[in-house]
Amino acid sequence: MIPFLRRRLLTIPIVLLGLSLVTFTVSHLVPGDPVKLAAGPQARPDQIVQLTREFGLDRPLPEQYLMYMGRLLQGDWGQSISTHRQVGSDLLIYFTATFELTIVSTLLGLLIGVPLAIVSARWRDRWPDHLSRFVSIGAISLPVFWIAIVLQIVFGQNLHVLPVSGRFDPRANFPITHTGLLLVDTLLDGDMHAFGTALRYLILPAFCQSLIVIALVTRLLRADLLDILRKDFVMVARANGIPEYIIWTRYLMKNALIATVSMLGFVISFQLGGAVLIEYVMDWPGIGQYALSAALTLDFQPIMGATLFIGIAVIVVNLLTDLTYSFLDPRIRRA
Amino acid sequence: MASITSSRGPIARWRAEHASYIYDLRRGVRRFTRNRLSVVGLGMVLTLIVIAITAPLWIPYPDDVYGSVHMDARLNPPTPTHLFGTDDAGRDVFSRTIMATQISLEVGIIILVVAISIGVTLGAIAGYFGGWTDEVIMRLTDIMLTFPGIFLALAITAALGRGITNAMLALSITWWPGYCRLVEAQVLKMREEDFVLGARAIGAGNARIIVRHLLPNLLTAIIVKASMDFGFAVLGLASLGFIGVGVQPPQPDWGAMISTGRHFIPASWWYSTFPGLFMFFTVLGFNLLGDGLRDLLDPNAIVRQ
Amino acid sequence: MSTGAAAYNHREPLVEIRDLHMEMVTFDGVAKVLNGINLTLFPGDRLGLVGETGCGKSVTAMSIPNLVSQPPARYTRGEVRFRGENVLRKGHSELRELRAKHIGVVFQDPMTGLNPVFTIKQQMSDAILSREDALSAMVPFRGWLPSGRQRRRKAEATALALLRRVGVPEPERRIHAYPHEFSGGMRQRVLIAMAIAGRPDLLIADEPTTALDVSVQAQILRLITELVREINLTVLLITHNISVVAQLCNRVAVMYAGNVVESGTMRQIVQSPKHPYTRGLLQAIPTEETLRGGLSGVPGAVPNLLAPPSGCRFNPRCPYAQEKCRTVLPPTYELEPEHGVACVLYEGARQVAQEGTGKQAVNPSES
Repeated sequence: MIPFLRRRLLTIPIVLLGLSLVTFTVSHLVPGDPVKLAAGPQARPDQIVQLTREFGLDRPLPEQYLMYMGRLLQGDWGQSISTHRQVGSDLLIYFTATFELTIVSTLLGLLIGVPLAIVSARWRDRWPDHLSRFVSIGAISLPVFWIAIVLQIVFGQNLHVLPVSGRFDPRANFPITHTGLLLVDTLLDGDMHAFGTALRYLILPAFCQSLIVIALVTRLLRADLLDILRKDFVMVARANGIPEYIIWTRYLMKNALIATVSMLGFVISFQLGGAVLIEYVMDWPGIGQYALSAALTLDFQPIMGATLFIGIAVIVVNLLTDLTYSFLDPRIRRA
Repeated sequence: MASITSSRGPIARWRAEHASYIYDLRRGVRRFTRNRLSVVGLGMVLTLIVIAITAPLWIPYPDDVYGSVHMDARLNPPTPTHLFGTDDAGRDVFSRTIMATQISLEVGIIILVVAISIGVTLGAIAGYFGGWTDEVIMRLTDIMLTFPGIFLALAITAALGRGITNAMLALSITWWPGYCRLVEAQVLKMREEDFVLGARAIGAGNARIIVRHLLPNLLTAIIVKASMDFGFAVLGLASLGFIGVGVQPPQPDWGAMISTGRHFIPASWWYSTFPGLFMFFTVLGFNLLGDGLRDLLDPNAIVRQ
Repeated sequence: MSTGAAAYNHREPLVEIRDLHMEMVTFDGVAKVLNGINLTLFPGDRLGLVGETGCGKSVTAMSIPNLVSQPPARYTRGEVRFRGENVLRKGHSELRELRAKHIGVVFQDPMTGLNPVFTIKQQMSDAILSREDALSAMVPFRGWLPSGRQRRRKAEATALALLRRVGVPEPERRIHAYPHEFSGGMRQRVLIAMAIAGRPDLLIADEPTTALDVSVQAQILRLITELVREINLTVLLITHNISVVAQLCNRVAVMYAGNVVESGTMRQIVQSPKHPYTRGLLQAIPTEETLRGGLSGVPGAVPNLLAPPSGCRFNPRCPYAQEKCRTVLPPTYELEPEHGVACVLYEGARQVAQEGTGKQAVNPSES
């Protein structure tokens, strides 16, 4: 396990470096001047020149890149041209929102997807299987931004049932920021009303996000379960008199758990992609929205920051997944 | 295989020579039709293709597609004359939705063709030559795969400007790493197999080996992946359209329509709902078909009785 | 422990398969896998079931504990009696008990027979607990109660004893290991230990040594022979390798394409094989004489079970085939006590048609 880890850790800086290079190049290829955009139509030419110099945008590109990376390694993520806020602190705030959304949607997706997959494997090729396959393919075919809008239409009439945008009720008590995760913070504050509010605002966005999780889990877990069922050791267990229900609960579950975990990394990073659209539509203040507005205003530092941050997040998630997987599978652990 | 006498006609000869392929094909068709969902998918796809091709002939308001404006008829709810209602410029949503199908399917094909061309080429080169070439190409692939899909497409369209060509390019760039990785892994494995060594022994050059010997074995895997990806490519295009960087007005695009329709919900709910619904059915059809093809062709997924 | 002795007379057959017909539904059609199998096993027998790949020996044996999955398989005629009762009609819990307490199975591939994510200790304990019907001790919550834990501890002690018996060195240490830390031969020993954990009446060994090295093969066979003596096992050994049969069995049944074509004692089959197929098989064994004169086999190939030949299924390959071989499946003729052949060449002899393989004697066979 250790040499495998080592190799992974070595490739990470290379990937991140490459990521930063690609993002930098791409974002600077964009025609258009962020300073002009930020300064507005009324700005005087000399103001624009001054701003440009302030942000270092008049220097040659390679120099800008090195300056940026240099500051990055010291912990300075830069500043947004349009909002003048620090990118670093913004990223943290926005990311925790996306993080909370992703965690809840993953849990929701697992909650629905795992039983569906089990049912599907157990009654293979009969109607529960067909139903769950239809659900799985349907969920993955749904345009995420469209279903979000449709839900907004449906629930938009009565906002008390389920709110259709935003993360929290502006009139309610916002909890003290312990972790940045509203569900956790409201509980820590003991404010059950606020907890309920935070939960209600989470439901629709999390549901939209969870669709992809449901789709993936149902299909992949079903395939894994079927694969395990064909294995010889299942036949051996049956031959030794172990009843079916025990085979299903103990054996299959543990074997399938390993498969599910290995899938989680992929599933979570997939969700980060869909997060952009859902956050945009439902006004969820997450990193997707942050990146999107940065991209549309050609704001370099936030674009770089957001991209690198997400890249790091994806890499970390994959690494954690692989670690957990190698821990769970004794063949790798004790190799 | 019986020997072919010259008294047989050419068709019979061809059939006899390819008997095993024909047999496999028949078996495949039988297996495919057993899966009801796949058959439904096939039906949906065929219908969609027919619709896309024949659309200009029968849509009720062909002028509305690109631009005539009827401000007196704006935002009318669905009626028998306007099945999906009218939009904010009085245009028939139904006609525009159908035409958007044509554009989306065309673009989808182009995206996949470009992505597969790039990805397969790079992957084959990486896997076959190994060493530094492999490392470099695969690191590049890894970097591109670290981006969750839409980010990359977004970034590129932002860089290159709005428009359908740039959107196509962006999406192709987003998609090729998947094929590269797939092909590289397979080629790496196949490189050491006997048939490759044999080909080299009789003097076949590298390019010939790759094209004539390795690639045909990958065909199945590529087809499977492509059939699954097509739906997502279409979704990706619509997503870009939704944000505003894809297909540009006045060309109809599902994503763009849904996006504009947002401003008019919940009163004119049909504006956003119907194009999305139609898009959903399109993608669903392709995904059902792709799923069925995958069950049929993917050797890993074939389940013994 | 073989319980239920009162209900079962030890001088009656342990296993009786009568006229068993079985089909398998596949994509390409219906394969007629078993075409009227008649087989009898008495307590103490070590029967070798021999035949080429695809002749149906595995499914025949697996029918006894009813382990053949029933779609796609379908039994269309006949019965399989174990200790007098038809196994094919039994319910889930009866079958479970049967498999736990009376029948042990050893499969071919030791590499995949053990669950890779559980320790040997866990898997063996499970097998032992299922023998004792201590099912609650296996389940997560109820198994954690003191009674469950105590039973598991006892099961572990039994497991250790079993491992020692089958020849696994340092069992106290190795019991905590995972399957991938064992070699093929060791894994097979573990699997054998699990199979005999409940002192079953019958041990079915489906090509137990095919996946192993020759040297390990001999060890495993010797182990099985010892166990037969120790716990009074009846053995049904499936193999395509006649030399393996020679080492372990006292009786042989030869199968071809879904039928038992000949059966008898070891001596009878080896010294005077009567069926043309049996003769061909024995001739194909490399010995000093055959190596000098050149190997011969049985010409032709195994028939396609989707469209098998009519009549005697061996007729396309049989050098003595006659017209009637193509129309009617020959009944089994008894040439001498215990030696039965299903071939028209022996028409004159006594017919023992659907009644097993000529076993009339009440006493168990000689070893």
